[in-house]
Amino acid sequence: MRFFNTMMGVVCALGIGALTAPTLAADAVKVGSVVSLTGGASSLGDPSLKTLEMLVEQTNKAGGLLGRPVELIHYDDGSEPGKANGLVKRLIEDDKVDMLIGGTTTGASMAMYPLIERAQIPFISLAGALVIAEPVKPWMFKVSHHDRMVGQRVMLDMLAKGYKSIGMLSDTSGFGQSARKEMLNVAQKVGVTVAVDETFNPKDTDVTAQLAKIKNTPNVQALFVVSFGQGAVVASKNIAQLGIDLPHYETSGVATREYIRLAGAAAEGARLPAPVLMVASELPDSDPQKRMSLDYVKEYEARYKTDVSPFGAYTRDAWFLWVNAVNRAKSVDKGKIRTFIENSVDLPGTSGVVNMSPQDHLGLDISALRMVTVKNGNFVIAN
Amino acid sequence: MLSELLQFILSGVTLGAMYMLSALGFSMIYNASGVINFAQGEFIMVGGMAASFLSAAGMPLPLACVAGVMIAGLVGGLVERWAVAPARDAEVASVIIITIGVSMILRGLTEILLGKGNHGLPHFSGEAPIKFLGATILPQSLWVLAVGALIVLGLNLFFGRTRIGKGVLATSYDRLAAQLVGVDVRRVLTLSFVLSAGIGAVGGVLITPMSTVAYDTGMMLGLKGFVAATLGGLGSGPGAVFGGLFLGLIEALTAGYISSAYKDAVPFVLVFIVLVLRPQGLLGAKPTDRI
Amino acid sequence: MTHLPDAPTPRRERSYTGRLVGLAALTAIVALLPLFLPNAFYFDVAIRIAILAVNGVALNLLMGYTGQISLGHAGFFGLGAYGSAVLTTHFGWSSLLALLAAAALTAVIAWGVARVILRLRGHYLAMATLGLGIIISIVLTNETAWTGGPDGMPVDGFSLFGFTLSGERRWYWVFGGLLIGTVILAQNLIDSPAGRALQALHGSETAASVAGIDVGRRKIAVFVLSATVAAILGSLSAHYSGYINPGIAGFMQSVELVIIVVLGGMASIYGSLLGAVVMGVLPQILAGYEGWDSVLFGVIMVVTMIFLPRGVVPSLTTRLRAVRFGRKGGATC
Repeated sequence: MRFFNTMMGVVCALGIGALTAPTLAADAVKVGSVVSLTGGASSLGDPSLKTLEMLVEQTNKAGGLLGRPVELIHYDDGSEPGKANGLVKRLIEDDKVDMLIGGTTTGASMAMYPLIERAQIPFISLAGALVIAEPVKPWMFKVSHHDRMVGQRVMLDMLAKGYKSIGMLSDTSGFGQSARKEMLNVAQKVGVTVAVDETFNPKDTDVTAQLAKIKNTPNVQALFVVSFGQGAVVASKNIAQLGIDLPHYETSGVATREYIRLAGAAAEGARLPAPVLMVASELPDSDPQKRMSLDYVKEYEARYKTDVSPFGAYTRDAWFLWVNAVNRAKSVDKGKIRTFIENSVDLPGTSGVVNMSPQDHLGLDISALRMVTVKNGNFVIAN
Repeated sequence: MLSELLQFILSGVTLGAMYMLSALGFSMIYNASGVINFAQGEFIMVGGMAASFLSAAGMPLPLACVAGVMIAGLVGGLVERWAVAPARDAEVASVIIITIGVSMILRGLTEILLGKGNHGLPHFSGEAPIKFLGATILPQSLWVLAVGALIVLGLNLFFGRTRIGKGVLATSYDRLAAQLVGVDVRRVLTLSFVLSAGIGAVGGVLITPMSTVAYDTGMMLGLKGFVAATLGGLGSGPGAVFGGLFLGLIEALTAGYISSAYKDAVPFVLVFIVLVLRPQGLLGAKPTDRI
Repeated sequence: MTHLPDAPTPRRERSYTGRLVGLAALTAIVALLPLFLPNAFYFDVAIRIAILAVNGVALNLLMGYTGQISLGHAGFFGLGAYGSAVLTTHFGWSSLLALLAAAALTAVIAWGVARVILRLRGHYLAMATLGLGIIISIVLTNETAWTGGPDGMPVDGFSLFGFTLSGERRWYWVFGGLLIGTVILAQNLIDSPAGRALQALHGSETAASVAGIDVGRRKIAVFVLSATVAAILGSLSAHYSGYINPGIAGFMQSVELVIIVVLGGMASIYGSLLGAVVMGVLPQILAGYEGWDSVLFGVIMVVTMIFLPRGVVPSLTTRLRAVRFGRKGGATC
């Protein structure tokens, strides 16, 4: 009986707690966000949310948006697209948000989109795959390079160095698989042969078997690892262990300081396409992206005392894309905002200068990615 | 060709040693209390995370590792006292739910207290790979194998020669009879959890230098350890050793020779086949039921 | 060292009128709830609860009444969902035909699997079903050409004779009706000679077979039945959400179903309904608290199993009876 009372008490407390969550003034502008804070994509979603919270705070301190306070409502989809589907419904129908930024994983963004289109709310997706921007979806926008661009950057670099036959190791996550598909497409178009194509589970602790297979395949001139986070670290370490001294290519998925820190010496010499953010200090001072990136790095690291991540930078760009549209439209009306975002031109961001159009909801070209390499524990622009 | 096979075998055995330590934990707890501990993977993770944080905070590496293992052991004991002992006579399904609940609590607390990132440890004796007949193995892998073997030996001695160890064995054969001859069954159950957690944590600490650790590292390792223990025979010590090594080898060989995409399905297909043909596991004893 | 599961308490007082009252209450709730749901999001939550509830009742028949543990049931849900999705998207089949085909295929697979693994008991059966669920989920993830891979695939709405079912409100009635229908069927099954045979299985398979019950056949029948129900639900819910991914067949979803059954009460239909409500509502309440939701879930599971080991509804019913009759209510044979 005593237990029953305790349980009832707990349930009531929870219920009351949930209902009395602080509510801002009724005229707040509401931004909704479904991000992956737990699960496989948490290393991508966490910096995104941190960036959003930081920017919302800054905006409110500076007087809000169009004079109205901004309220951020976010939910964690646990890296499960099915959950994202339900959570976005909550944001749209119950929280009645004006705008959506989020969808860390491609699966989540795609799962949410049918509902978003039905509700006609502008949505800036943070996910990476090509399918987000192609074919163009009226209510969804993208702020980061997609995997075809990554493929192009890498393949062109390989061709320039004379590698025509490569080995590929991709992980079985959504990112790994959609990136792999694009890499194979691009490789075919530019004439690079993928001689061996292996996969691994991102949670694996050892991939020496797959790497041994690649090492023993004849005519492999370069090794391309398509992964991110822990999986990429394990792969890099195993590459070093097996003494594979092939040119080592990675994707933008490892353009994080965490990768260098955890992979240690195994990361030296890796070549990868990275957003400018990671090598901003090397840019000439005249480059507008330099100041923007360095400012962001300074603010983020000061506030959170942790390394910046490109995924946070994309979020920053998404935020300013929206704020810019709101300021130009002088309204937060969903239809108007959609049109104004679509018409954004010459908008500088950390990834590059954005030029959108009804046929192009990304607005970036391949210059958004620079080829970098890891040297002495740092990212430097590669030649 | 031969060096490739050798490489697969070496990676398989390294993987296998890890699974073996996880499986030993499962079998020990199952033996003593009939409980399948779905939180075993989290004990592995706690060991690795604790050691990693202590080492990053400045503690010398050996001390950090030992401390990590002891912290995990302590957690194991608390889990037994607070979550498992009170539900001793519940149905199998209920206890499964309890251990799954414990694993969620441990994962959640680790996430809240220690964050979501990946953490590493320095290799115990350097990262220079050792070349052997055309294949390479990391010194850290040798550590895993050596310590694993030591633990197996140690457990053998413990169960065979010490009074406490024999008490644990007696409890696993027949709890009532053990009580009648004076074994403190409650202490035995707590001890089995502490030991299992400690052994799992040793594994966690050993592989963290190679593969990093995060709050959710335990899930897959726990599951594979469960599979390995079942393959060898739930409750059988030699079964756990065999099951773990066997599983690691098969995984590496499948990834090498058949398909790396489906290598994760292999443990489960294997266990399926084994359960159908020989449910007590490859080395287990035939279970009997009282009517 | 295996613990024999407890047999369900004989329901001395369960009468026909008792069942009717319960059913009427359920129907009233389903019919009147829409009046209290302010917007489509709440309908969505109600639908998800209904899906969990139907799955839970079906799994309860398997776990609660016949005592077979299944840690891979979400796999069948996923088979139904993907079966329907693939047949309608890649082959252009009609929604109804695809649903029936996916359900039939799942039933066949379940039958084949059941024939080999239902001899196992306790932890071994749990392990085998766990393995099955994971294998299904791995296949769904890897066969990208059919299934769209880890990122999933879109699914069209459910169309019947030219009329497309869409919108949370319309689907609510579909799932609500399905829930009531399932409860009626389940209760009829349990109170029939077939049902009593099932309960005898749970108590002791040897005794049951001595009494002339074909143990093997019955177990397989229940397994196939609950797998097929899960598949049908998977198909419908795929059309409802418009997008599916391999995660719906994953281990955590199977665990969620087991929690519903065990938390609510094995061998208690209304227990499964309560379990579904808790599992559907709790994530919504905890939605903002990362990390803590995991901890809280775990704590609820542990605490409930320790203090109410037979699940919420049976344990509470027993205690209420004890209070009413002034003695330890309910005897076990």
